[in-house]
Amino acid sequence: MATETLIWLIPLPPVLAFFLIVLFTNRSKALSHTLGVGAAFLSWLGSMVVFYKAVTTEHFSGFASSIPWLPVGDTWFRIGISIDPLGAAVLFFVAWTIFMIFLYSVGYQNFGQPKGDHDRAGLPPHGATVTDEHGHKHMVLSVEPMYSRFFAFLGLFAFGMYTLVVSDNLLTLFVGWEIMGLCSYLLIGFWYGKPSARAAAIKAFMTTRIGDVFMLLGIAFLYQATGTLTFSEIFTEETLHVLATTPAFFGLSAAGAIAILLFVGTIGKSAQWPLHVWLPDAMEGPTPVSAMIHAATMVSAGVYAVLRMFPLLTAGWHEGAALLPAMNLVAFIGAFTALFSATIAVAQNDIKRVLAYSTISQLGFMIAALGIGAYIAAAFHLITHAFFKGLLFLGSGSVIHGMEHGVLHTGDHHVDPQDMFNMGGLRKKMPITFWTFLIGGFALSGFPIITAGFWSKDEILADAWANGHLTVFITLAVAAFLTAFYTMRQITLTFLGEPRTKEAEHAQETPWTMTVPLVVLAVFAAAYGWVGIPEHFPVLGGILPNWFHEFVGGSLLEHPEALEFSWAPLLTSLSVALGGLGLGYLVYRNVKSPAEDKLQIPALKNKWYFDEIYDFLFVKPSYWFAETFTYQWMDKGVIDGILHFFGKAAAWIGDTLRKYIDAWFINDIVADKLSHQWTVHPAARAVRKVQTGRIQQYMLTSIGVLFVVGVLVYYFFMA
Amino acid sequence: MDFLSSHLLTTILFFPVLAALVILFLPGGEAKLIRWTAFVASLVPFALSLVIWFNFDKSAAGFQFEEQYVWYQALNSTFHLGVDGLSLTMVLLTTLLTPLALLASFSISEKVKAYFMLFLLLETGMLGVFMALDLLIFFVFWEVGLVPMYFLINQWGSANRNYASLKFLIYTMAGSLGLLLAVQMLGVAFGTYDLVALFDKWPYAATLPNVALGGMSIATVKTIAFWAFVVAFAIKVPVWPFHTWLPDAHTEAPTAGSMILAGVLLKLGAYGFLRLVLPFYPMQAQQYAWALAFLAVMAIIFGAFGAYGQTDFKRLVAYSSVNHMGFVVLGIAAAAKVAGTADAHIAMNGAVLQMFNHGLSAAGMFFLVGVIYERTHTRNLSDFGGLFPLVPVYGGILIFTSMASLGLPGLNGFISEFLVVRGAWGPLPVFTALAMIGLLFTGAYILKGIKDVLHGPLNEHWAHGEHKLTEINTREILVMAPLMALILWIGVWPAWILDVINKAVVRLF
Repeated sequence: MATETLIWLIPLPPVLAFFLIVLFTNRSKALSHTLGVGAAFLSWLGSMVVFYKAVTTEHFSGFASSIPWLPVGDTWFRIGISIDPLGAAVLFFVAWTIFMIFLYSVGYQNFGQPKGDHDRAGLPPHGATVTDEHGHKHMVLSVEPMYSRFFAFLGLFAFGMYTLVVSDNLLTLFVGWEIMGLCSYLLIGFWYGKPSARAAAIKAFMTTRIGDVFMLLGIAFLYQATGTLTFSEIFTEETLHVLATTPAFFGLSAAGAIAILLFVGTIGKSAQWPLHVWLPDAMEGPTPVSAMIHAATMVSAGVYAVLRMFPLLTAGWHEGAALLPAMNLVAFIGAFTALFSATIAVAQNDIKRVLAYSTISQLGFMIAALGIGAYIAAAFHLITHAFFKGLLFLGSGSVIHGMEHGVLHTGDHHVDPQDMFNMGGLRKKMPITFWTFLIGGFALSGFPIITAGFWSKDEILADAWANGHLTVFITLAVAAFLTAFYTMRQITLTFLGEPRTKEAEHAQETPWTMTVPLVVLAVFAAAYGWVGIPEHFPVLGGILPNWFHEFVGGSLLEHPEALEFSWAPLLTSLSVALGGLGLGYLVYRNVKSPAEDKLQIPALKNKWYFDEIYDFLFVKPSYWFAETFTYQWMDKGVIDGILHFFGKAAAWIGDTLRKYIDAWFINDIVADKLSHQWTVHPAARAVRKVQTGRIQQYMLTSIGVLFVVGVLVYYFFMA
Repeated sequence: MDFLSSHLLTTILFFPVLAALVILFLPGGEAKLIRWTAFVASLVPFALSLVIWFNFDKSAAGFQFEEQYVWYQALNSTFHLGVDGLSLTMVLLTTLLTPLALLASFSISEKVKAYFMLFLLLETGMLGVFMALDLLIFFVFWEVGLVPMYFLINQWGSANRNYASLKFLIYTMAGSLGLLLAVQMLGVAFGTYDLVALFDKWPYAATLPNVALGGMSIATVKTIAFWAFVVAFAIKVPVWPFHTWLPDAHTEAPTAGSMILAGVLLKLGAYGFLRLVLPFYPMQAQQYAWALAFLAVMAIIFGAFGAYGQTDFKRLVAYSSVNHMGFVVLGIAAAAKVAGTADAHIAMNGAVLQMFNHGLSAAGMFFLVGVIYERTHTRNLSDFGGLFPLVPVYGGILIFTSMASLGLPGLNGFISEFLVVRGAWGPLPVFTALAMIGLLFTGAYILKGIKDVLHGPLNEHWAHGEHKLTEINTREILVMAPLMALILWIGVWPAWILDVINKAVVRLF
C-alpha cells in the first residue's frame, strides 16, 4: 500500500469503532472495548509504519495527497493529507499516547468487575457488594454503567486528533479540532448526572468556542487573502512575503493579523491565560479523559496549530531580529501563563488539579518558546510533555483508583480519594504507580540528564537566553522552579511518609491494563529526551546525534541553526530543577494536614479569583442580556409593543369608523334618523291615517284614484 | 409516461392537491387510512423530484423542465414553471420534508381528515413559489401557502394559538402588500409578468413605459420597489426586527407545522431574495448591502441571545431559526455587495446551502421537541432534567441534531456557515466579525437545551409510574433517520449538492 493511502486510512478505525459501538455493540461491554482498543491499535500500527517510512527516507520532506472537496466558484477547494517531519513526530507521540490510554481505560472503568448495587448511567460507579466463599460481604469496585459509550466517545476523539495531525490544510485541521472539542464536552460531562460535571462540560465548550470563533475568522481571512488553506501553498516565500507586506488592521500586517486570530483559537484550546479557566474544571471527567484530552493530545493540538502556522507567525522575521508584534503577543501570553498557573498549582490539594494547572503552565512554556521563535524547542517540549504529562495523569488515575479501593474497604464515603492530604505512603501499596509517577514527576521538573523534560525545557531556556529575551528567560526560570517545587510537593504528599488515612492504608495496586501503559509511557518520559541532545552539550553532546533538531527542522523552509552552547541557561535550569525538588521535599515531608501547609493562601487557592471575575463580568451579564434585555425588553417590549400598537391603532380606527361612521352616521343619521325618524316615520304616521279599516272609505278612495288615473290617462295619451 | 416526463413539474406541484381531493372522499372515521393515504401520496412528489434531480443538467444555463400554459391572458400572465439549481434544491427540500412531517403527524387524532388535506395543500403552495417563473403565479402561491398554515396553527395549535396564527397571517400579508403593488407596476410597465422576460427588461431599464411616475426619477422608483420587495421577504425570513411573529407561530403550531414552518416556509423569504431581489435590483442591492448585512447581523446576534433567554424548549428552537437564517441573509448581502466576484459566489453558495441545511436541522429539532412534548405535555425546560438515562436513544439523536444546529464541523451546518463567513469576510469584515458574537452564543443556547433536558440530576417525576417517560418509537426514529443521514452526508461530502448550487450561483450572481 502506498504510504499516502495508509495516511488517509489512519484516522478511520476509531471513527468506525464509534459508529459500530453506538449503532450495534453498545450492549456488549467486551465487544465494545475490543472494537475500541482494536481500532486504536490499528491506527497506532499505521502511524508507526508511516513514522518508520518517514525517518528512513533520506532528506524526508513529506508525504502528501489531496482530493477536490468543495466547489467554490470556478475552482474546487481541495482537502488532503500530508505528513511532513513535524507531522511524523507528532503522529508518533499521538499514536502511542492514544493507544496506551485506550488500554488503560479498560482497567480504569473496571472491566470485569461486578455490576454496581445502585449504579446508574450518568453517575460514577459506587461499588458492588460481593460475598466471598466464607460468607463475608464486602464492597468492591463496580463496572462503569456506560462502559461502551466511553469507548465510543474515545474513538470519536481519536478520530478528531488523527484528522488534525494528518490534515494538509487548515479547514480539516479545524474539523478535527472541533470534533475533539465536542468529545471533550461529552467526556468532561461523561458523568452528566453530577451538576458539577455538567457545568464543567459547558464551561469547557464555551470557553474554547470563544477562541474558535476567532480562529474561524482567521481561517476566513487567510483563505480570502491567499485563495487557499493548504499549508504547502501558503508557506511559499512569495505568499508569505505578500502577506507580510499587506497591511491589515491595527497596524498589523495581514500575516500578523491572521496569526493572531488563529492564535486566539490556541489560547482557548491550550487553555492559556485568559481563557485558561476551563481546564481545571475539566478534571470532572474520568481520568483517562484528563490524560488524553487535557494533557497529551487535545490541548497539545493548540500548540501544534501554532507550530503549523509558525511560518505565518514569523513571516517577515529572521532569527536574531526584533520580535514582530504578533510574536510579542504570543511570547507574552505563553510566559505569563507559565508563571501564573504555576503559582496556582502550588496551593491545590486535588491530585488532578495540580496536574491540570501544571499542564496549563507547561503549555505556556511551549507557547512562549514559539513566541520567541524557538520552533524546535517548542516542538520538542510538546512531545516530551505529552509523554510525561500523560503518564502523570494516568498515574494519578491509578492513585485515585487505589484510593477508591480503600474507600470501599472502609466504607467512609466522605473521604475524597483525590485529596492528596488523605494519601501518604502509597509507595509501598502501589509500587509500579509510584516509580512511574516518580519518573513522570522528575521529567516534569526537569531532573537533569535522565529525564526527557530536562532536555526540552533546557532547550527553551537556552534559546531565550541566546536570543536575548531576558524577561521571558527569567519568567520561565521562575516558573520552572515552581514546577519542580509543586511536583515534589505532590510526590511527597501522595507517596512518601506514612499513610494519613485508613483509606490510604488499604489502597491497592491497579490491574495490568493500567500499569502496563504507565510503564510504557515512563520509558518515553525518560528516554525520549535523548533524541534531542544539543550538539555542543558538555560531555554528552555529539555522542548521540541531535536527531530531533535535524529531522523536525526539515519542516521549515529554512533549517534553523543549532544554538551555541552557553553555561548560564544550563546552570539556571539545573539549579531551579534540583532546588525546587529539594525545597519541595524539605517543606512537605512533615506536613500532615492543609492547616500546616503555609502556601494555602486564599488568592492562590481561589485561582486568583478568575472564575468569580468572569462570572461577574461575562456570565451574569450574558444571562441578563439574553433574558431581560433581548427577550423581555426588546422583543416583547419594544418590537411587539410597536406591533401591538399597530394592532390597537387598527382596531381603534376600525372601532371609530364603526362608531362614528357606521353606527352613528350611516345607521343612526342616514338609516334611522334621516330615512326613518325624520322622513319615513312622519310620513308613515300621516299615511297610516288613511288605513281606517272601513270598507266604505276604501271604496271611496278607490273610485277617487280610478277617476284621477282616468283623467291623467285621458289627458296624456288621448288628448 | 410521455405525459409524465413532459409535465413533471406540474405533476409534482398538483399531485398533493389531487391527494387532498381523494382524502376528501375518504370516510372521516378511518384515521389510519387517511394518514397512510396522505403519507404515501406525498412520497410521489418526492420520488419525482428525485427523478428531476438526477436528470437535471447542472452545466446548462437557464431554467429546465419548463412548462408554460395560458393562464390570465388579459394580463399577459402565463402559468410558467421551471427550475434551476437554486429552486431545484428548494423543491427537493420541500418534497423531502413533507412526507417526514406527515409521518410525524400520525399522532394527530383530532379532525384528521382536515389536517392532512390542509397539509397537502400547503405543500402545493410552497412548491408553487419555488417553481414559478411568472410574477403573478409567484404571488398567488406565496399567498396560497398562508391559508393552510393559518388553519394548522389555529386549529391544531396549543394554548395561545389564536394570537399566534393571526399574527402570522396578518404580518405576512401586510408585508406582501408592497410586493403586490411593485409586481403590478412591473406588469403594467412591461406588459408581462414572465420572470425570464423581466430579467432582461427591468434591472437596467432607463424608463418605465405606461407608468406615470408622478415626477419621481426612475432611480427613486426602483429604490422604493426594492424596499417593497425586501420588506415582504424580510418578514418571511424573518430578519430582525421583523422576527417576533416567528417564536409565537412556532411555539403554538403543531409539531409537524413547526417542522414545515422552519424547514420550508422561512426559505420562501430567502428564496425571494435570490430569485427576485438580487436579479431585479442589482444596483439597489449593492447600494443597500450594508443595510441588509446590518439586519442580518442583528438577527444572528439577537436570535442567539433570544434563544438563550428562553425557558420554553420550543421557543428556544424557534429563536434559533432567526439566528441561523441571519447567516443566509448575511451571505446574500455579501453577494449583493460584490456581485460577480469569487467572494460573492462563495457567500451565495453558503447562503443557499445554509437554507437547505437549516431545513434539515430545524425540522429535526422541532420534531424532537415535539417528541418529548407529546410524552410530558410540557415544554418548560425547568420541568425536565437528567432524562438521558431514561431515553438514551432519544438523547443521542437530540445531541446529534443539536450539534448540527450548532454548526459542528463534520456536520452540514458548518459547511454553509463557513462559506458564508468566508465569503462575507472580504466585502463585509466588520459585520462578519460581529456575527461571531452570535455564533458564540449559538453554542450557549444549544448547550443550554441539552443541559436542561438530558443532563443533570434526574427529575424523578419522569422515572416512575404513569409519568414514566417512554423511549422514542420506531416511527419517530424513521422521521429522524433521513434527516440525520443527510446532515452527516452533507457534512462529510457536500459536493453532491453544492456542485448543483455552485453552478447556478456562478451563472446568476
